[in-house]
Amino acid sequence: MYISANGRTADGTRPRSRLSWAVPGNVLALGAVSLVTDVSSEMVTAVLPLYLTLFLGLNPLQFGLLDGLSFGVTALVRLAGGNLADRWQRRKLVAGIGYALSALCKPALLAAGGSVTALGAVIAVDRTGKGLRTAPRDALISLSAPPDELGRAFGTHRAMDTLGALLGPLVAFAVLTGTGGAYDAVFVVSFCVALLGVLLLVMYVRDRRAPLPGTGQATSPRAALGLLRDAAFLRVCVVAAALGLVTVGDAFVYLLLQKRGGIGAEYFPLLSIGTAAAYLLLAVPVGRLADRLGRVPVFLAGHAALAAAYLVLLGPGWPVAVLALLGAFYAATDGVLMAVAGPMLPAHLRTSGMALLQTGQATARLLSSALFGAVWTVWGSTWGLSVMAAGLALCVLGTWFALRRHS
Amino acid sequence: MTPLRRLTVLLAAVAVLGGTAAGYTAWAARRDTAAASVSAPVTAAGAKAGDGAAGGAPGAGRLLFRTARGQVAGVPQDDPAAAPVPLGLTCNRFSTAGGTSVCLVARPGALVTTDAVILDRSLRETRRIKLAGIPNRARVSPSGRMVSWTVFVTGDSYSDGKFSTWTGILDTRTGYAVTNIEDIPLTLNGRRYHAPDVNYWGVTFAADDNRFYATVATGGKTYLVEGDYGRWRARTLRENVECPSLSPDGTRLVFKKRVSSDPRRMWRLHLLELSTMKETPLAETANVDDQAAWLDERTVMYARGGDVWSVPADGSGAPVPLVRGASSPVATR
Repeated sequence: MYISANGRTADGTRPRSRLSWAVPGNVLALGAVSLVTDVSSEMVTAVLPLYLTLFLGLNPLQFGLLDGLSFGVTALVRLAGGNLADRWQRRKLVAGIGYALSALCKPALLAAGGSVTALGAVIAVDRTGKGLRTAPRDALISLSAPPDELGRAFGTHRAMDTLGALLGPLVAFAVLTGTGGAYDAVFVVSFCVALLGVLLLVMYVRDRRAPLPGTGQATSPRAALGLLRDAAFLRVCVVAAALGLVTVGDAFVYLLLQKRGGIGAEYFPLLSIGTAAAYLLLAVPVGRLADRLGRVPVFLAGHAALAAAYLVLLGPGWPVAVLALLGAFYAATDGVLMAVAGPMLPAHLRTSGMALLQTGQATARLLSSALFGAVWTVWGSTWGLSVMAAGLALCVLGTWFALRRHS
Repeated sequence: MTPLRRLTVLLAAVAVLGGTAAGYTAWAARRDTAAASVSAPVTAAGAKAGDGAAGGAPGAGRLLFRTARGQVAGVPQDDPAAAPVPLGLTCNRFSTAGGTSVCLVARPGALVTTDAVILDRSLRETRRIKLAGIPNRARVSPSGRMVSWTVFVTGDSYSDGKFSTWTGILDTRTGYAVTNIEDIPLTLNGRRYHAPDVNYWGVTFAADDNRFYATVATGGKTYLVEGDYGRWRARTLRENVECPSLSPDGTRLVFKKRVSSDPRRMWRLHLLELSTMKETPLAETANVDDQAAWLDERTVMYARGGDVWSVPADGSGAPVPLVRGASSPVATR
């Protein structure tokens, strides 16, 4: 297994053939942490709606109101956390705080009882924990694999992450069935699983700490923002945000698929699982492909797959094709974008840079859902989707010219 | 830490955490089984005993509701304190009128789905409509012809926990079912309206089996809509009206009005006079998150804090508890 930090043996040659499936131990450890954590969090996500509505008798529409606010808070925490991780050179610590926060939210959900305010606060803290850990985790992955194998490293991590997300609801269902509907048992089991995730992180993930920055290596928030002065990284951020702006949220895609594809109403929840399954299957092979063919072309091909998904949705509306294309889009873009950006960022500022990129992308997607909603309101859903597909095609072409040199 | 010691710690942690999880689950399973066996045994045979109608079917003049454990049971309207007689049905939401009943049952699983079970006069299942989501509202038109329901659907996204509502309508005479009425052409404030975030809930049908009222939400606001089933169109009448419930004489609506952003006192029941559009707050000041049902021409009933309460529908009087440990009340006529 690959342990060396820089990916080269002493004489500078690559230790293995490029077809090897071996992935750095630290990446596998981070993947295992994400897998276990996602089992835990998706257990709760799967039962929370039932728990809130049928067990506590609350109205779920009371919770949607917090969304805009919690997005802003999450974005700020993500940026601040990313920057602190760099200033202290303690990415594992900051990621660990994020994982631990989310773990503590599981018993807190039970303790909140039927209070909407307390439940809303716990859900917001849970999301904050998720926002806090993402950038340091991705920075650690990018620092733990050799630069020319980052696509595969991220692909492996995302596949493990998605596997956990698929297993979580099954575990939750098994616990609910086995106990005759005891939601508290689901939260307790989820808490135990989350603690295991934190423990795996503490014991098996190695921090990649650069020497604490001296005078020449500023890590202040100002220095983090200064990353945008690097033309290459700025281009990646602009491209990610521009593409995010013409990406229709999954929720809309599933809704349109249900309307156009004539899927039976009871199969609606299967749609997101279909996407996750395609993502799981494709993440590693597409990541490897990105290492071999270049990450930018694969990243763009992913968005082309998304545009194709919209076209299928506008045309024949085949559900399987749409879900496979959507899964391919995630496989070719989510981890691959981090693999594109990682080597551009100096090691001592990598977390800040990734937090910046992820926040920009998330903000663009929030705006895109408002934009898509507005187009739909004025011209209807067909035009809305057509406009987004055309925007995607334009942005993919523009990106190709902007990023050619970094492929 | 040496790899061996690390592995030992990991295995010990797995044993402790796994043991805790398994132990708690086993304890919860026993606890809930014990609780279930204490509560009234409900069987189809038990339902037939003394309900006053054959096969567990409810006759007129009954007050039906859902007990805390999900069984549909009934008491005489003039003696709600009488011992509830179970009908042999288990539902998350229940309603009945004109010989047709609808029972929404959640099917928890790795994917949450709901069945809308349609029952005839003798409570025999005539149709089962499979839906996504979690049961929320159920209603039957006075004649028993039109059945409507609302479910909360969460399958939109695998992880962001957002909800939307899907409202369906079944015409039992033609057998035609719409599982999501979102496509109905909507006129909002006099103009034809399109938006991706349109959600409907809480349908109530008029006696003609064609006109209906419901709530539509879009752009962060809720509106009362009047729908025309035959022409398949809807128009908004008024803002801030949720879960309307049409009076038996068809002239008034009782609805929940959003009066606060504090979730503990978010909604208050109001009366709307349809001829004058005059609103009157009902005497119930507590938060009510339910689609009210009419006990008679002057009184509505609703679920509040695990019990069914009633209050005069004209703003006078005071709320009184009607049935303890109950929800989904419906009066048979």
